[in-house]
Amino acid sequence: MSALRPNWQALAALVATLYSLTALPFTAGMSAPYSLAVAAILIAGACLSMLRLPSGVEALVLMVASFAAAALLIAGLAEATGTATAGYFASLTAAWLLAWRLVTVLSGDGRSKGQGFGLVSITVPVLFGIWVLILWECIVRGAGIPFVLLPPPSAIGVRIGNSLPILAADFRQTVLKAVLFGYVVGSLSGFLVAILADRFRFFANGLLPIGNMVSALPMIGIAPIMVIWFGFDWQSKAAVVVVMTFFPMLVNTLAGLAASGDMERDLMRTYGASHWQVLMKLRLQAAMPFIFNALKINSTLALIGAIVAEFFGTPVVGMGFRISTEVGRMNLDMVWAEIALAAVVGSLFYGALALLERTVTFWHPSYRR
Amino acid sequence: MSGGSFLRDRLAPVGSILLVILIAWYIAAYALNAPFQRDFDRRTDVTRTGAEFLLATMSQPKPTMPAPHQVAENLWTNTLTVKPWSKRSLVYHSWITLSATLLGFAMGTALGVAIAIGIVHVPALDRSLLPWIITSQTIPILAVAPMIIVLLSAVGVTGLLPKALISTYLSFFPVAVGMVKGLRSPDVLHLDLMRTYSASKMQLLWKLRIPASVPFFFTSMKVAIAASLIGAIVGELPTGAVAGIGSKLLAGSYYSQTIDIFAALIAGSIVAILLVSLVGILGRLVNARMGARQA
Repeated sequence: MSALRPNWQALAALVATLYSLTALPFTAGMSAPYSLAVAAILIAGACLSMLRLPSGVEALVLMVASFAAAALLIAGLAEATGTATAGYFASLTAAWLLAWRLVTVLSGDGRSKGQGFGLVSITVPVLFGIWVLILWECIVRGAGIPFVLLPPPSAIGVRIGNSLPILAADFRQTVLKAVLFGYVVGSLSGFLVAILADRFRFFANGLLPIGNMVSALPMIGIAPIMVIWFGFDWQSKAAVVVVMTFFPMLVNTLAGLAASGDMERDLMRTYGASHWQVLMKLRLQAAMPFIFNALKINSTLALIGAIVAEFFGTPVVGMGFRISTEVGRMNLDMVWAEIALAAVVGSLFYGALALLERTVTFWHPSYRR
Repeated sequence: MSGGSFLRDRLAPVGSILLVILIAWYIAAYALNAPFQRDFDRRTDVTRTGAEFLLATMSQPKPTMPAPHQVAENLWTNTLTVKPWSKRSLVYHSWITLSATLLGFAMGTALGVAIAIGIVHVPALDRSLLPWIITSQTIPILAVAPMIIVLLSAVGVTGLLPKALISTYLSFFPVAVGMVKGLRSPDVLHLDLMRTYSASKMQLLWKLRIPASVPFFFTSMKVAIAASLIGAIVGELPTGAVAGIGSKLLAGSYYSQTIDIFAALIAGSIVAILLVSLVGILGRLVNARMGARQA
């Protein structure tokens, strides 16, 4: 057993760093010693990661090396936008490769699958997200991509900080009024119609194929009609959301109500349970995974429906309105700020539903340890 | 559907519900159009009998709610009585949307399969990429569509590709998730058998994983092609109403031509149904040919 354990990411990082030394300094704002310091950190990190270290130590070394190099590289761009040389991008690549190695170490090379659930399963995707932002920032500012094309994340962050009142107003208009109302009404009515349809076999047989078909249709197209009917304010957006969320809920609830097994249903019959007792105690419980599936699909559909409906006419507030007007004015940072807001809202919405699902359907095989 | 007849279990219930929808549509058309018609008649000093009034609500040029026969008539004139390549023809607009849909769908499916193969083979990708792919779908990406279109046209990319890119984004996700499931679906027994044959990773992929994933592939493609059509339609909204079903919707909303909007919607729905059933039929044929179970 040698003390060395070569891995391709570290080797590639070494090669990239050595290449970067041919193009010193990296940017107009970085002096030659400064650039050399970055290269030294990268080489040290790459070399150390090839030693046979405990994986915890290796991860720590890699994390320090990759993030220190990235921080220096970003700092080196100050007042030197668009002056990055090939060396700059080579060392950026090297830092990214070290981060990849870090993720590989944390994932345990696939050997310890299913273990280390808690911390690692959060850290790895977070690292990935941070690196997407770092690469975005460095490439956009390093290569001097025009602001109107793609603003760097730092500028978007500044914009978010500066326009919190506008974002809050848009959030209130689009999410709290249109999305929430439409989502609740659409999902609830889909659910109730499914329960009623289930009582009468004939009704359910007819609704299921129609609902399946309608779910595949571009329902977003009703937005202009709803704007004509219900006016420019949030009511028309809520109506679009109601129509878009109704059918997925209907179809999934109907499918879920058919999900309980014959054995269980026969058991309920031997107990002399009435239709409603079977429904409440057995079939609705069995339908819960399907219902939550619909709720999750609907959470995305509701946001999309409300935002796209605002493209067709709206009062001067709302996320869709802001996106379409700021695109026209080439204020791309504001557009990205709205997108970030939408992403956070969408993810929180989805995350809350997933959490709720876990507590309601704790018995489902996919949550068993 | 064992034991039941097609007529009793499918045709009769579906048919009667469609009939109920049609009747409800006519009633809604009357209810929504009546106030305007009453107002209009009062101002032009026309008195009508009940039946005449009913007919008048069904034949307004710009009704609040067009009656089904008005939409059908509009569809008829705009598909069958004009040349398919004229700008008035819905066939022409559907074709524009369809071409973007298909291009985006093809790119999205290829991307989804590539990502799935990567995720199945590289554990680091599985851990880092999969959560973000799922998160990416909670982002209302359609909201970004206008920006992508405007940006790409600023760079000089116009026409089919920007719309197709939005379709790609929407359609890669179902394929990627479905294929990850499908590529992991072979039993441990089968995987072990392949290992006793000393199969390489490539052989394992081609001879076991990909054949096993075919049912999953077609199921997710059905979702993907519907999503991809939606992407193409929304992608057409900000292009300044040149051509396509989305631009028809936008033009209709500018001029309050509800009949046109409904006709465009129905054209889009027909395209959606055709595409989904085409993928479904293809899937059934391939599955039957390969002797696979339905996923």
